[in-house]
Amino acid sequence: MKRLLSLILGLLTVCGLLAYASQSLEKSSGSTGSKVLNLYNWGDYIDPNLLTKFQKETGYHVNVETFDSNEAMYTKINQGGTHYDLAVPSEYMVSKMKRAHLLQPLDKSRLTGWGNFDQQFLNQSFDRGNRYSMPYFWGTLGIVYNDKMVKASEVQHWDDLWSPKFRDKVMLIDSARDIMGMSLVTLHKSMNTTNPQTLLAAEKRLNKLAPNVKAVVADEIKMYMIQDEAPLAVDWSGEAAEMLANNSHLHYVVPSEGSNLWFDNLVIPKTAQHYNAIYAFLNFMSEPKNAAQNAEYIGYATPNKKAKALLPKSIRDDREFYPDQKTIDHLQVYRDLSPNIVELYNDRYLEFKMHH
Amino acid sequence: MRAVTKRKTWLYFIPYGLWLALFVIAPVALIIYQSFFDLGHHFTLGNYSTYFQSATYLKMTLNSVWYAFLITLFTGLISYPTAYFLHQLKHRQFWLLLVILPTWINILLKAYAFIGIFSQAGLANQFLTFIGIGPQQILFTNASFIFVATYIQIPFMILPIYNAIDDLNPAFVNASRDLGASNWQTFRRVIFPLTLPGVKAGVQAVFIPSLSLFMLTRLIGGNKVITLGTAIEEHFLTTMNWGMGSTIGVILIVAMIIVMTLTGDQKPKGGAPR
Repeated sequence: MKRLLSLILGLLTVCGLLAYASQSLEKSSGSTGSKVLNLYNWGDYIDPNLLTKFQKETGYHVNVETFDSNEAMYTKINQGGTHYDLAVPSEYMVSKMKRAHLLQPLDKSRLTGWGNFDQQFLNQSFDRGNRYSMPYFWGTLGIVYNDKMVKASEVQHWDDLWSPKFRDKVMLIDSARDIMGMSLVTLHKSMNTTNPQTLLAAEKRLNKLAPNVKAVVADEIKMYMIQDEAPLAVDWSGEAAEMLANNSHLHYVVPSEGSNLWFDNLVIPKTAQHYNAIYAFLNFMSEPKNAAQNAEYIGYATPNKKAKALLPKSIRDDREFYPDQKTIDHLQVYRDLSPNIVELYNDRYLEFKMHH
Repeated sequence: MRAVTKRKTWLYFIPYGLWLALFVIAPVALIIYQSFFDLGHHFTLGNYSTYFQSATYLKMTLNSVWYAFLITLFTGLISYPTAYFLHQLKHRQFWLLLVILPTWINILLKAYAFIGIFSQAGLANQFLTFIGIGPQQILFTNASFIFVATYIQIPFMILPIYNAIDDLNPAFVNASRDLGASNWQTFRRVIFPLTLPGVKAGVQAVFIPSLSLFMLTRLIGGNKVITLGTAIEEHFLTTMNWGMGSTIGVILIVAMIIVMTLTGDQKPKGGAPR
């Protein structure tokens, strides 16, 4: 009994010490002080050197917290109790947060770098006039292929994936909207269709792809492609950039007939407190030099025109990540659909996954 | 004196009661409550009618039950002999510890380890190439999914069976032998019936979690195995249709109750010898 008691006491002491230590650590990182900025970002989605540089230039310390899905971020901000000054939602989530009154409008008079952005990436349907959002990165949905197993000429279009020679060779990203969208493009329909019949047709079309589908997976797709597990994958350009950096046999194609154009955007959630720091940061990040440095580090496409001009020619002219104008013209931005339609997309997609 | 003891036992019940109310009853009640609301937060029975009218969900349910059954079956087939064998060993506590050890490691890590082993260039395929069969597609097959799930569940089956065997009075076995029963007869008539409660406890511990596995279905099964867990995850995270997700949750709870009743301790009937 005595031993048990001393064991329990010992455990309690250790727990107490740990709690104290973690609290004092939190204090020193200072999420509540006045010279800070609380950034809520995707994991590894900003060059850490830029954060140091920002602190040196402006004196604001940036606390970064990360999330791994738009929905998780939405839930956390919606529930309150957080003090995020800036968040980085994707475009459809911007509309959703806007409708839920979770965002504050940008004060354009305090923004100095607005002119650096490429006009064609501004004023999109998810946030007309960019009242709430500043584009951070943009990208596409496309096909990653391994040139050891597949020739470039064989996979230039979505339809090519349906070819019988790719039996059990294609990996799909586990995302209802993207995979249904791809199927819709091959049917020459809008990726934002709300017609149940069209969606049913898209599911039927996907069912025909089923024999070629090796797996429907999420982040792991990167690891599999890098390890030559599969010759083909449908994934986002950002993920593709990471794969290409780790395996020189991999390439990325955006089918010219159409695909998704997505944006990640900086927004000010309702929970923001440090407005001087926020605008200092937004201006800092839209400076061409900094935006270019960030784009080079992350490997995504920057919407900042002047930053793009500063990038090395090999990146700037990379058709994989900065597709030509003709392809860009065919890209479609996802509109925020009503929950019932989103449900419809997911149900059809689930049925496709059950089809095997 | 009696009154004091009574009050004291009542006090002991407080933490347990609180725990039960906060972490068991309240969540289940919330799930049941949520299952009656549609996307627009209107009261509805629609989620249930959708479930029972949708071939997709019914097929998914059958799939889940079938895979859970297979996993439980294989786990049982491996665990019973293992537990029996472990019990005969000299340093059983040590061997038992080795069986429990894998449960200390996070399930995701184990899944990723299996990805490494089963992939095209993985150990399993290197071995197949070495013995001349050549690399096979192992990942993303039903077999690999069942294999990994079984591996993960085995400790939860071995432990209750081991305890049941441990509780078995050796006098029964000796008596059976003395009365001329063969090894097989002793096992079938004496050992197995007396350790059956352990098997039942093991089935409960394995079957129910297996019904709603979802990380493994994606990581190892490549979403070629779709279980109810997949649907729940999708409803809560992507479509944010908590009503439908909760409805499937309720179905799982009902399935759980059925399994518990089927494998629970039946009261001895009539004059059955005990």
